[in-house]
Amino acid sequence: MEKKVRKFDTKVQHLKYKVLREVARLAWDGRLMEGAFDIPKTIVPGKVPTMRCCVYKERAILAERVKLAMGGDRQDPRVIQVIDIACDECPMGGYEVSSACRGCLAHRCEDACRRGAITFDEHQKAHIDKTKCVECGACAKVCPYSAITNQKRPCEIACKVKAITMNDDKSARINDEKCISCGACVYQCPWGAITDKSFIVDAIDLIRGSDDNKNYKVYAVVAPSISSQFTYAALGQVISGIKALGFHTVVEAALGADMVAYAESKELVEKGILTSSCCPAFVEYIKKTFPDLTKYISHNLSPMATIAKYIKEQDPTAKIIFIGPCTAKKMEFQKEEVRPWVDCVLTFEELQALFDSRDLDIASMEQDVLDNASYFGRIFARSGGLTDAVREGIKEHGCENFDFKPVPCDGIEACRVALLRLSKNLLNGNFVEGMACFGGCINGAGCLTHGEKNRAEVDKYGREAYEKTITDAVTQVNFK
Amino acid sequence: MKITACVGSSCHLKGSRQVILKIQELIRENHLEDKVEFAGTFCMGKCQQGVCVDVDGVVHSVSPDTAADFFQKEVLAKI
Repeated sequence: MEKKVRKFDTKVQHLKYKVLREVARLAWDGRLMEGAFDIPKTIVPGKVPTMRCCVYKERAILAERVKLAMGGDRQDPRVIQVIDIACDECPMGGYEVSSACRGCLAHRCEDACRRGAITFDEHQKAHIDKTKCVECGACAKVCPYSAITNQKRPCEIACKVKAITMNDDKSARINDEKCISCGACVYQCPWGAITDKSFIVDAIDLIRGSDDNKNYKVYAVVAPSISSQFTYAALGQVISGIKALGFHTVVEAALGADMVAYAESKELVEKGILTSSCCPAFVEYIKKTFPDLTKYISHNLSPMATIAKYIKEQDPTAKIIFIGPCTAKKMEFQKEEVRPWVDCVLTFEELQALFDSRDLDIASMEQDVLDNASYFGRIFARSGGLTDAVREGIKEHGCENFDFKPVPCDGIEACRVALLRLSKNLLNGNFVEGMACFGGCINGAGCLTHGEKNRAEVDKYGREAYEKTITDAVTQVNFK
Repeated sequence: MKITACVGSSCHLKGSRQVILKIQELIRENHLEDKVEFAGTFCMGKCQQGVCVDVDGVVHSVSPDTAADFFQKEVLAKI
């Protein structure tokens, strides 16, 4: 039985967590290969279905979840994958008139429709001619009974880069030419039919293979958004928990962010125009959708890769596991330029599963410390933070004469607008901060919770930093 | 001679940056750039003793106040 239901936003996350936790338990014991087949029955032991039509379908879907939790097909680099038998094939008819239509006299819907797609039957009830409708939604907006609804799949609504379509069997399909691995669909699918594949087994193997950090040291690099997560414990206890899992030590990715801000502000002054390189989903979006703008992408590695590179330069046998809110990082670390530095990527969801697979009650642990980065490195976790940091970097470099015109883009739709303008030389700005997730990393798909207070938590964490300037944070590790 | 300073969180909070800047300054002042290799590492596992500074395999406990003294005794005297 569950000891206590952890803090997740949805039951889909909770189910995913249970699978990850069971996979991790077996992996720690080295019994994964023989035990993995039993996981579905461990999670759905009875005969009464609670999620689907029958327990057999529930277990069949769980078996697919187990596969992806174990890393799935190793030859397949795609991070975001559809579990086709879990897809409920939601209706996707677009705008439709529901039974709430009362056949009124006003017929505002008819006037609102510029395409003449609205007709009326003998009861004066509205109908939409799908051959004329362009899905603009104007009719739905004016109907006084809200009788016109948009039948759209949650995954499609979530996917702002329009990578989701439908297979012939009506299950969701991800167009890999467009997918940026942001994970928005993963978080939004009410059936958990789209999921990010996990490297949790790789992480456990790295830790076990280190033989208590004797063969090599395993470093955890944690994203600053961790400050808004694990709200049932203090951050210092989370750090203790990570070390109790067998990590040698924990390093702030935010220190990498300081290093990036320091270098990127200089690069901006030199080049005059730049798009940020921190968010892997944003970088992927530029490469896939605006390839002509690739030349503007900052040449800096992301904060994750920057700090990982630094650690490996000091300790060449080090193994680095990044822990963050992001599914796109799982795509980024497979890239040729990042692979030498980062060995594995986990999400906060997966970290929770790891804690519980070892029955670690972090809330009762002593508090350890985590402090290397400055305020500016830490606020990278929320939208606008990178812009603030680059502004500060320009100041600290003494380049105040540079006319800094930032365009902070909150969410991939805002990114699209800015990139479109940039591609037409109409952008009123010279620095595009791109964050694929709305609100920034604090709303990443791999977060345990996505709350209103998270932004304030990150700012508070930033203010608690021992180092107050980017230069101070960077000089502590500058041994040249 | 190889000197490694701990830049882990615990040592950092005890002033490792100040210790590092002091050692860097003293290396320059004494023109030891060619004789001393100075690097950082995240955590030596001896957080209680921080700021940890390793000189050729021996870990010393240094603070910003004792950094100059430490350099005199453990670096200059032994080079």
